[in-house]
Amino acid sequence: MDLAALLALNVINGAASLFLLCLGLAIIFGMMRIINLAHGEFVMLGAYAAVLSANAGVNIWIAMLVVAPLFVGLVGLLVERCLVRFLYGRLVDSMLATWGLSLLIIGIVTTIFGNTMQGVPTPLGGFSIGDYRTSWYTLFLLAVAIVMMAIVYAVLRYTRYGLIARAVMQNPDMAAVLGVNPTHVYMATFSLGAAVTGLAGGVLAPVSGITPVMGGAYVAKAFITVVGGGAAIISGTLSASGLFGFVNQLGAYFTTPVYGEVILFLSAIVLIRLLPQGISGRFFKGTV
Amino acid sequence: MSTIPPLLETRNLTMRFGGVVANDDVNFTLDEMELRCLIGPNGAGKSTFFKMLTGQLTPSEGTIRFREHPIAGHASHEIARLGIGIKTQIPNVFNGLSVRENIWLAAQRTATRQATRKIVEEVLERIQLTDLAHAIVGQLSHGQRQWVEIGTVLAAEPELILLDEPAAGMTDEETVRTAEIIREINKTRALIVVEHDMEFIKMIARTVTVFHQGRILIEESVEAVLADSRVRDVYLGKKVAA
Amino acid sequence: MSDTAKLSVQIAAVLVACIAVALMPGYVDLFQLMQFTLFASMAVLALSLGFIWGFGGILCFGQTAFFGLGAYAYAVAAINFGDSTPAILMAIIVPSLFALALGYFVFYGRISDVYLGVITLTVTLILFNVFNSTAGDEYTIGVARLGGFNGMPAVPTFNMPFDPSGILFPEHSWYVTGGVLIAVYVGLRLLLRSRFGRVAVAVRENETRAALLGYDPRVVKLWVFVLGGAIAGLAGALYVNWGAFVGPTIFALSLSAEIIIWICIGGLGTLIGPVVGCFLIQYLVSQIGSQQSFNSNLILGAILVVFVVLLPKGLVPTLRNLILSGWHLVGDARRKGAEAKRNDLAAGQPVGAE
Repeated sequence: MDLAALLALNVINGAASLFLLCLGLAIIFGMMRIINLAHGEFVMLGAYAAVLSANAGVNIWIAMLVVAPLFVGLVGLLVERCLVRFLYGRLVDSMLATWGLSLLIIGIVTTIFGNTMQGVPTPLGGFSIGDYRTSWYTLFLLAVAIVMMAIVYAVLRYTRYGLIARAVMQNPDMAAVLGVNPTHVYMATFSLGAAVTGLAGGVLAPVSGITPVMGGAYVAKAFITVVGGGAAIISGTLSASGLFGFVNQLGAYFTTPVYGEVILFLSAIVLIRLLPQGISGRFFKGTV
Repeated sequence: MSTIPPLLETRNLTMRFGGVVANDDVNFTLDEMELRCLIGPNGAGKSTFFKMLTGQLTPSEGTIRFREHPIAGHASHEIARLGIGIKTQIPNVFNGLSVRENIWLAAQRTATRQATRKIVEEVLERIQLTDLAHAIVGQLSHGQRQWVEIGTVLAAEPELILLDEPAAGMTDEETVRTAEIIREINKTRALIVVEHDMEFIKMIARTVTVFHQGRILIEESVEAVLADSRVRDVYLGKKVAA
Repeated sequence: MSDTAKLSVQIAAVLVACIAVALMPGYVDLFQLMQFTLFASMAVLALSLGFIWGFGGILCFGQTAFFGLGAYAYAVAAINFGDSTPAILMAIIVPSLFALALGYFVFYGRISDVYLGVITLTVTLILFNVFNSTAGDEYTIGVARLGGFNGMPAVPTFNMPFDPSGILFPEHSWYVTGGVLIAVYVGLRLLLRSRFGRVAVAVRENETRAALLGYDPRVVKLWVFVLGGAIAGLAGALYVNWGAFVGPTIFALSLSAEIIIWICIGGLGTLIGPVVGCFLIQYLVSQIGSQQSFNSNLILGAILVVFVVLLPKGLVPTLRNLILSGWHLVGDARRKGAEAKRNDLAAGQPVGAE
């Protein structure tokens, strides 16, 4: 019974982390049809921002929840202005350029901070389920995922920005007729996606190894989850990360963590083959 | 005559996109060597009909038989191999290749090496692009690209040729030429032609099928269709208004 | 440029390359020769992706999957047989079969460009994870231990065909590697002139039109993909021959990215471009590596970004266009000069006649 509870907790934790990791990518992909292959590096930058400011004496919660998203949001703004805006409508080129960008960011961070970095300890301590110990931080991650989901949903569904953004993504010309400048919307959306990704990097920093190449481990996972989820940002990402997180943790429990990942990737490939429009394209049409 | 089965026959052919019905219960028959014109206002379902005939869309309901082979829902290349060629509404050609390569690709699938060479030269002559044979198709005018596409269809030597607005964007002189070519092809092949230009229809048509709101409105001789008041209402009236 | 002119330039380039391969050992020291051997084996890999992406329109983000499988297949077979001849065959066959299975799954599922990228990338990661976790003794094929993250050291290198005692010296390895590179280039050129090659290009240009003319795009793409896998596998064998070692990092994403960078820089849609890009970038990276003042990722990333945004065609097509337009300019000038003279004469005649 305790074991089942622990396993359930792990599954929830896996799904929540995956959801946090993917949300930013899903916003950018779902609304702008740009695949940002530097996504993993945005996560890495969020983690670095959190760790560096925490080590410099900033309160750890502020470092994770404020500094990381702000910093990466600004980086996203810069990237959109200097690079991505030339590549709208050129899907393959945007993938190539952002892949180049990812190498560039890794190179810059390695040059400045070297190959490794002192992390921060996991806050909040632990608690026991029967004979097993686990950490409160797991539950904190779940809470962050739920709050982020609520915020993004509310923004897209109920604010003027959300309405305009959805309109622009559907039809840029129409939006221009309505007096909205699509450029600003793209800019804001890319920065928002980057900021959400930075937040994910920030809150995952205490439970990850902090290196310049840590993004590589995330980008493929995030990428397949978003594609598997389909175009709807919330329902797609939520269902795909739930499914893949579940498969991953269960696979890891019954075999090894390595094969857990392999099982995740394999199931993603099969899913994409069966549902080319993603889960949301098949089951949650017209949702956000 | 009644012993010869029709070349093409559709029964209860229906295509729905979500809630929109693009084709509704279409029963269409085309005999061997027949030349048929399809007319109807935009959105009447002519292009959808062509897409189902060529395997680009799988019908929601109904059957299509080509020389008694059921072909509804088959892959485009299988249907093409049975002998249906199509010129689509928007020029659909190999833009990065030369005119000659476009024609060659169409001819060489079935013909021998020597026959291919002969067909390519003949088709280039027929579409009057011999001088531009080495030009890259993407750099040609819209009208010329239409000719290239017609050329690829001819070079493949299909049994049934579908032409979706062959005269669109052509000069008057070219339109007359297109009509001539169509009549010439019709000596050995069956054709279905979608067109808006009534003058053009009069040049080539014997029987005309009128589509309206996804259904066949009437199917009559060209004179009868032109005299029909319903046709004037749904189609000609609209055109005058536009 | 006419077809014959193009063909003569290509034949001339191949002859020059043959001479360069033959003479190289006389002009450079052993260390440099080894470096060039590595570059040439990587250039074969570059050709494999250059072919399927540039001529088949298949953007594979995980070409290293086939490269790595070829390398492992070679290593396992060479250790077991003690002879490199069947091992090289295995290095071609295993990745081809893998490409056949993967390609069937992908192309017959009508999966679009982006998803193809995702799937190939994911497959590479799976292979990396799997080979990384083969450290135990239970992961042994015949007498070959896969060795997990430590990889497989001391793999037998190439020997004379069917003569395991006749091990090749580094100069011979260079001849073999350079020769394979030229042979693959020539082979692909011939293929592109053949019916199949032209149909493959047609499918890349317009899949719908190809299907409406009766070609099955799925079959065409599948064979292009399998051929690319076979060539990448062969490159894997050449790579192991160079270093006598293979490890799971051969499946690393950074190598996949690097192949794509070679092609973007050299020029997509050409065969010579990927080779040129490969040599340039590898030379650059080896220079950076020896200096240690810059991080190679930084340079590679910056180069890729700059090329995608500012020079999307790549070096070879850009240079070719420059040369061609220069050539046309000279031709035009000459023609204009001649016309001007004729006009002068024509204008002059009435004067003289008066």
